[in-house]
Amino acid sequence: MREVGGSSLNSKFGCSILEIRRNIKLISVIIIISLVGYYFLIPKYNIVQLLGAGATFPYPLIFKWTQEFRKIYPNITVNYQAIGSGGGIRAIIEQTVDFGASDVPLNNKEFEEARKKGTILHIPETIGAIAIVYNIPELNGRLKLSGEVLADIYLGKIAKWNDPRIASLNPGLNLPDQDIIVVKRSDGSGTTYIFTDFLSAVSEEWKTLIGPTKIFDFPDNIGDRGIAAKGNQGVSGVIQQNPYTIGYIELAYAIQNNFPVALIRNKDGYFVEPNITTIQAAAAGIVQQLPKPWDSWENVSIVYAPGKLAYPLSSLSYILVYAEQRDYRKCLALKKWLSWIVTEGQKFAEELHYVPLPQEIIQLDLLAIEHIRYLGEISSLNGSIKWYNDVITCFLFSQRLEFVI
Amino acid sequence: MRFSFDKLFKLITLIFGVFIIVLVIIIFYQLFINSLTALRAFGINFFLGKVWSPVKGIFGALPFIYGTLLTATIALLIAFPLSIGIAIFLTEIAPRVLREFLTTIVELIAAIPSVVIGLWGIFVLAPFVRDYLQPFLAYFSFIPFFTGRTFGLCYLTAILVLIFMITPIMTSIFREAFRNVPADLKEALYALGATRYEVIRHVSIPYTRTALAAGIILAYGRALGETLAVTMVIGNMPAITLSLLSPGYTLAAVIANEFLEATDRLYISSLIGLGLILFIISFVVNLIGTLILRRLSR
Amino acid sequence: MIIRKIKDKLFTLFAIASFIIVSLPLFHIILTIIVNGIGAINLEFFIALPNPPGVPGGGIVNAIEGSIILVCLTMLISFPIGFFGGIYLAEYGKGPLAETVRNLTNSLSGIPSIVAGIFSYTLIVIYFGFSALAGAIALSLLAIPYIVRTTEEALKAVPNDIREAGLALGLPRWKVTLYLVVGAAKPRILAGTLLAVARIIGEAAPLLFTAFGNPFYTYSIFEPTDALPLLIFNYALSPYPDWHLKAWGAALVLIIIVLSINLTVKYYVQREGK
Repeated sequence: MREVGGSSLNSKFGCSILEIRRNIKLISVIIIISLVGYYFLIPKYNIVQLLGAGATFPYPLIFKWTQEFRKIYPNITVNYQAIGSGGGIRAIIEQTVDFGASDVPLNNKEFEEARKKGTILHIPETIGAIAIVYNIPELNGRLKLSGEVLADIYLGKIAKWNDPRIASLNPGLNLPDQDIIVVKRSDGSGTTYIFTDFLSAVSEEWKTLIGPTKIFDFPDNIGDRGIAAKGNQGVSGVIQQNPYTIGYIELAYAIQNNFPVALIRNKDGYFVEPNITTIQAAAAGIVQQLPKPWDSWENVSIVYAPGKLAYPLSSLSYILVYAEQRDYRKCLALKKWLSWIVTEGQKFAEELHYVPLPQEIIQLDLLAIEHIRYLGEISSLNGSIKWYNDVITCFLFSQRLEFVI
Repeated sequence: MRFSFDKLFKLITLIFGVFIIVLVIIIFYQLFINSLTALRAFGINFFLGKVWSPVKGIFGALPFIYGTLLTATIALLIAFPLSIGIAIFLTEIAPRVLREFLTTIVELIAAIPSVVIGLWGIFVLAPFVRDYLQPFLAYFSFIPFFTGRTFGLCYLTAILVLIFMITPIMTSIFREAFRNVPADLKEALYALGATRYEVIRHVSIPYTRTALAAGIILAYGRALGETLAVTMVIGNMPAITLSLLSPGYTLAAVIANEFLEATDRLYISSLIGLGLILFIISFVVNLIGTLILRRLSR
Repeated sequence: MIIRKIKDKLFTLFAIASFIIVSLPLFHIILTIIVNGIGAINLEFFIALPNPPGVPGGGIVNAIEGSIILVCLTMLISFPIGFFGGIYLAEYGKGPLAETVRNLTNSLSGIPSIVAGIFSYTLIVIYFGFSALAGAIALSLLAIPYIVRTTEEALKAVPNDIREAGLALGLPRWKVTLYLVVGAAKPRILAGTLLAVARIIGEAAPLLFTAFGNPFYTYSIFEPTDALPLLIFNYALSPYPDWHLKAWGAALVLIIIVLSINLTVKYYVQREGK
């Protein structure tokens, strides 16, 4: 029997050298792909990526921080995805991320759940506020609202912009005879929590019907005048594109998109707008009463705070992180990152319309960061990485063996 | 020596083939196991419950099943005649020289990624529906389908998007089928003096019954499972209502929106349960379609 | 008689109208993307990492790198499975087992992309975290049925003469299949694989909770990564106009890639057919 392509150099397996030569292109392609693949498979010693997820509110600030931080420590990248406070809490409890971010502290149920896996720390990284924004194209001035009126708008009891209760707060404004389109968040949101926390403080009816919550359904009275949108982004988009809407978004988003922001009546009876001064005034009272970072922060709230200048819809924003870390590199990087953002990073806050932390909170945060520690032995700086990976990477890609921060 | 290599080769391919069966089983298993919490908590009410409230911890899938079936079915009803029309156009009416080119145009629609269609949907189609279509439809508001106000993000926009996406699927199957109608059957009728419409109606369509059915079912499966384009334009509010101008929700859209943020075990499990429902629905529909197509080729 | 003629004319009109109704949005979409996206295209767009919102400039190179990584990884996983599975169905594909495989493959081809994402989440992300690997596995679920079907049809289209000739020359069965038949079907298999690539490069739903997104370069498949469609989705839903512009730009890039692949394949297949 003749063999196709055969020669006298038949090997045991019926393949001839000619066939191997024919396949040299294929083989070399496979080798190149394997090398590239191996590069992507091996862990990199001198690059660490920290994962964070959570609130959409601090996203512009945190993103700026990750960029600036990388300029100083080029081999630490921080990857933060804004999926909502609810998502951030879930992610840190499930430990699919290294730190979570939320506008609302863990409630008791979440705190218990988190505690099963270790010591959860609350680290406030910035202070912000919710702006009540609206889109009334023809309005000739700035809208003033009180908490009670706002609550009734969201309860559906005030349905038109020229309702007498709104008009009485806004003499001289040409409120149109149009339905109020009410916008809320469709996702589990710290922003919603702060907003509903405020409504619960000013309206008994809201408190009993809905209460402070990360997500709520529109009461029946809203009818077809309600829209749900995803993220601060979604709400901004809906309000931009639809007239006669009203909604609640984080202040930074409102300023960036030049939305008209309503003046809200605070606990002392003054109509204030959200800005650095008014938010700082709201936070001034709480700094003495903050719990230790490893305790429950369930009752911490600066919503509807007393003070002439206080803006009633202010809130701390928290980073949530476990004190016990199981990866040495990540532990070092995490501590560097967190220390930087609560100290150096604060200087970037104001230009992005976030409020820098007062000194007391910075001290509290640094105390918390000191408590983050690596569990386990440090036999070599490379932790548990296999030795042959060291050799091969060093040989092929000339990476430095030691982890440099 | 060589024999064992033959058997080895067959074994390797067999393993990969069977792997696919194993894969499907694993998918079912994973989805089922992870939705047990919800299924145990609600029982049959998970499928029939009308309320989906993460606040109260009550999760009923009915609004989403309704939304998915509503959008897919109406889209199918409108896309089907359109596809037949286009298929006929491409096989009989269009000038022979242009046929390849025009066919390519229709097939390119299928190539556009879902997220790009969604992008166009949010920024172009939704405002169009809000500003032009809805005032036009307001004249017909006695029909329960068209009542109410809209912000452009509603069932109707989602349906329009779905029609656009599933038409190419049906068109290519129908086009193949119409091309394979034996010419002598058609010529016989033409010889008797029939018009093109009559030939199509009395010969082409009955002859291609099975292909038409298969195309419908495959397109339906696609419409049921379409995620991104629908999520971006549907309005994100569970609503069991006949009004197409109301914002709505489908199984795929709610999962895409809420999955990452569900904070407690029950919520996550319910969302995975929705995924299970969606998987079963589309799996069964596709299975039926494949079996019909298989019968067609016998 | 007249009525019949009218019905005929109406039907012709309807057919033409259907074509126009469905192709108009296509042109409009492509036009909109070009018009809106061209403003974002410059060198920086392809080379730079994203800037925070409000800071002008920046680019989407993270998404481009991510898409490349995901496509390569997905093809690495799904091509062998699809290829050998297709060979099994085409060459050894008789009997109830093969029938089941065939039917299940086709049913799997209809899997909603979000369900693929959930599956990968429950299996991979919970244990390995958000990663390009998780994203690739989700995308593989979409690609495998496609490649199986393409391979099977391509192999079946090879006339039996080739197989018989090979066997008559004394080649073992496996060589006949692997070298001769596959060799003859290579163009079609390649075409099908390219179409699968075009399909998965545009999928974002499976990546929502697997690949997670990443504003920096990705260095490992065990890390999260961004991708073109994922970036489009996130940027489109953001409130920043400069990010909207980037979303259109990314959509333009994506659509150019996808349409080029499709048109190339079509042209190639046409040439082979002649």
